[in-house]
Amino acid sequence: MDLADTDEEREFRARLREWLAAVLPGLPAKPGPDDWPGRRAYDTAWQRMLYDVGYAGLHWPVDAGGRGATPTQHLIFLEETERAGAPYVGANFVGLLHAGPTIAAEGTAGQRARWLPPVLRGDEIWCQGFSEPEAGSDLASLRTRAVRDGDHYVVTGQKIWTSHAEVADWCELLVRTDPAAPKHRGISWLAMRMDAPGVTVRPLRTLAGSTEFAEMFLDEVRVPVSHRVGAENDGWRVTMVTLSFERGTAFVGEVVACRRTLSALAAEVRRSGRWDDPVLRRTLGRLNAEFRALWRLTQWNVAEAQRSGGVPGTGGSVFKLRYSQARQELYDAAAEVLGADGADLDREWVLDRLTSLSYTIAAGTSQIQQNIVAERILGLPKGR
Amino acid sequence: MDFQLSDDQRALRAGMRELLTGRFGRDRMRAALDAGVAVDRGMWGELGAAGFFALRLAEADGGVGLGLPESVLLFEEAGRVLLPGPLAATHLAAGAVGAVKGAADGGAVVAVLDEGRPVAHLEAADALIALGPVRPGGVARVLEGDVLRELVRTARPVRSLDPLTPLHRVTAGVEDGVPLPGATPLRLEGALLAAAEQLGSAARTTEMAVQHAREREQFGSPIGAFQAVKHLCAQMLVRAEVARTAVYAAAVTADPAEIAGAKLLADEAAVHNARDCLQVHGGMGFTWEADVHLHLKRAWLRAGEWLRAAEAEEALAADLCRVHACDAGDL
Repeated sequence: MDLADTDEEREFRARLREWLAAVLPGLPAKPGPDDWPGRRAYDTAWQRMLYDVGYAGLHWPVDAGGRGATPTQHLIFLEETERAGAPYVGANFVGLLHAGPTIAAEGTAGQRARWLPPVLRGDEIWCQGFSEPEAGSDLASLRTRAVRDGDHYVVTGQKIWTSHAEVADWCELLVRTDPAAPKHRGISWLAMRMDAPGVTVRPLRTLAGSTEFAEMFLDEVRVPVSHRVGAENDGWRVTMVTLSFERGTAFVGEVVACRRTLSALAAEVRRSGRWDDPVLRRTLGRLNAEFRALWRLTQWNVAEAQRSGGVPGTGGSVFKLRYSQARQELYDAAAEVLGADGADLDREWVLDRLTSLSYTIAAGTSQIQQNIVAERILGLPKGR
Repeated sequence: MDFQLSDDQRALRAGMRELLTGRFGRDRMRAALDAGVAVDRGMWGELGAAGFFALRLAEADGGVGLGLPESVLLFEEAGRVLLPGPLAATHLAAGAVGAVKGAADGGAVVAVLDEGRPVAHLEAADALIALGPVRPGGVARVLEGDVLRELVRTARPVRSLDPLTPLHRVTAGVEDGVPLPGATPLRLEGALLAAAEQLGSAARTTEMAVQHAREREQFGSPIGAFQAVKHLCAQMLVRAEVARTAVYAAAVTADPAEIAGAKLLADEAAVHNARDCLQVHGGMGFTWEADVHLHLKRAWLRAGEWLRAAEAEEALAADLCRVHACDAGDL
């Protein structure tokens, strides 16, 4: 068991720190949360900067245009960029972490050449069209239909919870191509242009008041058959490749950010003269144990992935269950620290507290995650 | 970074599991329980011969020369099988050269006295380490011979919650004895080793619950097919795995705050998992015959030893403060 950087890792970290220190002061001001064109421009400009110095697609395989970095180097990248306060992956999230890796793993040479370089350069933004009003946790029951018409599919249906839909160029779309087959076997994965005729996006307002995601209505949208990745009706398997990527290193930056928030909360308690409150002190102390352990669990999972040749294990579900709960507890503690100011949306952490309510739901609810842990890791029988 | 067990560490763990399966399987454990004999001198010697106590003693001093990471792997195995006796105290005494004769080879049993707490395995002890107060600078002492005998004579037996951990209340003062420098590392290392035992217990009760949930049928299917039961089991695994990485990392870094976190989370995992395991076992869980209660009782006891939740949380709060350079010194 070794937690120290190797010589190579130390050098990688040092070079990255040096570069971040040089470029971050020159970045423009962050756009407001509802300024979508501004957010797209900001996120893609950052991606372009990463691309120009060779940090884009760090964890992607070399033959897909990536750097073929080890999982540990990717961990260091996410850790250091968050520590330095660099921009988050933002609008590039689906392209870099879902659609891109899926195309890299399952796409043809032509598809890889067409779609991967623009993702790495920050030229094109992807969104995800998976969930539907009647297909949430039971994603495989999705009903959006794709009917063959010559060398096109004609797609009709409705998608929901689509982040960055307003600014995306492409959508990784799951559609039903064989309604007669068992539900997992009649699904295909398509790349759909967001400006295609028949695509209507309607933003959804979250409980935090912002428009983080959207509904998407598809009315006889024509998608070329050549935009299907993987075989027809093999989309479920193709998608599972994507989802396992999401649970690898997806939360590294967030754990680092939580630990910084926790220190800031302790400083705020000292500043406001409430450090003599043992309940508050012990609450923060307990959260310190929690986030230190979650950081170590991240390193454990990454080292495991590194040993298995980059394949993320089921440890991601264990991590997500604990992390999502801990993060909600963190902002509950923040509300305790803020006291009467906890009702002021302009105070730091108040909006974060609202946003954190999604963590036990998005990317697999905690209940589904517990099923995964119980059935796939512990080997308990499938049930209802 | 390679935060996974090395091949040597896996082999060490496998060796200890094999030794304990052969020497302290369930039948032996239940026999010890029925006989009311917690510390078996023969087995203590075998543990000593296997390097359990001298693991971190330098090879030049006759030890094995390994570190805390290897120690926590052995203590995790001990926790899995409910191995009784003052394992951590004897291991710590063995690591301090010449502190207690015979501790390293399992010839001596060393118990621990923590101010205000009952002493475990006092009557079996050849020596007693009296821990200093939690704050730094407190000096630990070693009590042996007449001093120890006098202390035992005036001690009052407690009807112990855990049948394999006899307890005594000590009334005599402990100013006597030979000072042992560095009480804080002793307390912290003891806390980490206890945390490793808690981890082993938490992992074991998870396995017991899962096994029962697979075999026990009600309403025409294994109860593990029902989400209410399934989710209890999943949360048990989460607690055990979070505690595992906390304990292993603390063993690698030996950082005081990290050790405090490991003890806090491992205590929680052991206690909560034993309770959930009991719940999954239904009526059987409430019987003397099932082993679940033994895990819970031991976990409760260990949670009160070396570093308790309140102390750990205070240490972790003070650690947050250090990051922002406010007044430390709370611990």
